Amino acid sequence: MQQGSGLTRTLALIPSSVMIGIFFLVPFVLIVLTSFSVEMDNGDYELGFSLAHFERFATWFYIERALFSAGLCALIAILSLLIAYPFTWFLTNFGPRTQTLWLIYILAQLSLSEVLIAFSWQILLSRTAGIANILVWVGLAEESFAMTPSAGAVLAALVYLAVPFSVLLLYPALSRLDKSLTEASRTLGASPLRTFFTVVIPVTRPAIISSGVTIFVLTLGAIIVPQVLGQPQHWTLSVLITDQAIFNFNMPFASALAVVLLVISGSVIFAVTKLTGAKA
Amino acid sequence: MSGLKIEGVTKKFGSLTAVEDVNLHFTAGEMICFLGPSGCGKTTLLRMIAGLEDPTNGTISFDGQDLTHVPVHQRDIGMVFQSFALFPHLSVAENITYAMRIRGHSRSDREDRATELLDMMRLPGLGDRRISQLSGGQKQRVAIARALALNPKIFLLDEPMSALDANLREAMQIELRKLQQELGITTVVVTHDQTEAMTMADEIVVMGRAKVLQTGSPMEIYKKPIDRFVAGFIGSSNLLPATLTGDNSVRVGAAELRVGENRAGQGAGADVLLMTRPEEVFVRAAKGDTPANAVTGTVTFIRDIGATIEILVDCDGHEVVSVLTPKDWPDVKVGDAVTVEMPESACMVLAA
Repeated sequence: MQQGSGLTRTLALIPSSVMIGIFFLVPFVLIVLTSFSVEMDNGDYELGFSLAHFERFATWFYIERALFSAGLCALIAILSLLIAYPFTWFLTNFGPRTQTLWLIYILAQLSLSEVLIAFSWQILLSRTAGIANILVWVGLAEESFAMTPSAGAVLAALVYLAVPFSVLLLYPALSRLDKSLTEASRTLGASPLRTFFTVVIPVTRPAIISSGVTIFVLTLGAIIVPQVLGQPQHWTLSVLITDQAIFNFNMPFASALAVVLLVISGSVIFAVTKLTGAKA
Repeated sequence: MSGLKIEGVTKKFGSLTAVEDVNLHFTAGEMICFLGPSGCGKTTLLRMIAGLEDPTNGTISFDGQDLTHVPVHQRDIGMVFQSFALFPHLSVAENITYAMRIRGHSRSDREDRATELLDMMRLPGLGDRRISQLSGGQKQRVAIARALALNPKIFLLDEPMSALDANLREAMQIELRKLQQELGITTVVVTHDQTEAMTMADEIVVMGRAKVLQTGSPMEIYKKPIDRFVAGFIGSSNLLPATLTGDNSVRVGAAELRVGENRAGQGAGADVLLMTRPEEVFVRAAKGDTPANAVTGTVTFIRDIGATIEILVDCDGHEVVSVLTPKDWPDVKVGDAVTVEMPESACMVLAA
């Protein structure tokens, strides 16, 4: 209603369209073009159509990396939802003041960079200054040991990174959940726990799914944590892309890997929206 | 000790007292209406019966069993919420049988009961619909069916008609009352609509400012309101300032009137209010001598709506309304001097 005629609406869209066009579409097209480029005799590349870089991806090493990345990020999405969802639900049951304070605190967490988080966890899991020393102190371990580099360390740090995002993504749906729905469930004989599982979770399912997808895509792009806290076998596709682009100067192959990553993210988003769109 | 008993119940939210020292006792199988303006504490009282709020003080019991500290899900109640609170992720039939699913009834039992309840609520064949596909009236029927699925002992409804269209409301009131009588279930309805309360209730509890002001059958409350607040809330009333001249007589301006009921609790000389109901006072064209039990005034407005005629009379600056049937039509017009007859039995004295 507040939008006027079709013309004004079109005019209003122009600035944002130009921005998105220049800053998102152009680099995207360049990446796609580069991924198909052809190698010349002097070792340089020129635009053309060659599937050589994708053929190079289609080896078990890279496919395994892609599957590992997708699996790791799916696990991170699930773990961070398992932590964030109950927390957010309890948070919405507190007074508005408590809720605001917590949200400010969580927003502040987002200002911590991935680098900072990665190195903090490296210290936390180290042999000399890490939590292993606490295990020794309480008598659970003989002597201190390093917990990094390991897959667990990568997982822990990425979940740590993802939980604040999950909370903020879940908060709108949970705080808008009609309280009379849970009350109705209670009057119909369901305990608070059963109400949580039979009403709260199903009603907020769309938010759970969209948060999960967002976390999946977000952590798929993490490049610091796997390098700092993991061994090369824990590196994700994003790390390999950086590796190709920055250290091997193989832009076409890096682009091809980026396109693969994009296809993975795209198909996950598509599959999930398709799956939930049919039911919700 | 059968029935619903509320003893000394008080609810405070911080410094705010929502319900103050309420004592009520209802026979099992009755339909009770909590009636009052918004913010009078009626919903809080209902929520305490449901167990959704804990009383600060006092006890609530049913059939001798103390319910005060029993958790909501262990009380044998069915409740219809103002917004209906139907589960959007479940179908109509799944909503209706939710309580049965929680209690572990078999699928075939649930299906049979859903069909039975849908027939009872005149919604046959709608079991597979989504909640979002229902109209307001259908949603309400589903909410009622859901609350009654396990034959609860107490049936609670919070402003059940407020989300419905005006014309649907009256039909639903009658239907709900019939259903309640058929099932013989103890029912408490919260409403701010006096017609709704009068239509459905065995007992009306009039509330105002966190307290119970009056309890009684609809007619008792209509005929004998305890004060001007109740009189104003139930039906319309004419209030004239008067002075008590005896136990059963008052002076209004120059006129002496005998009154049927004195509820002011005060003696001669006290300033009181004379209350009459519009349909119990009669306008007559003034003919020299004033008849007994009447006041004089001037017609200011006539509203003829066919079935009834409303005459507004200005009596010394106070408005008196008379509602007459066409056969009692006094043949007066706006500006005429008239007398308003107030039969002794129609006159009540309330505290000013």
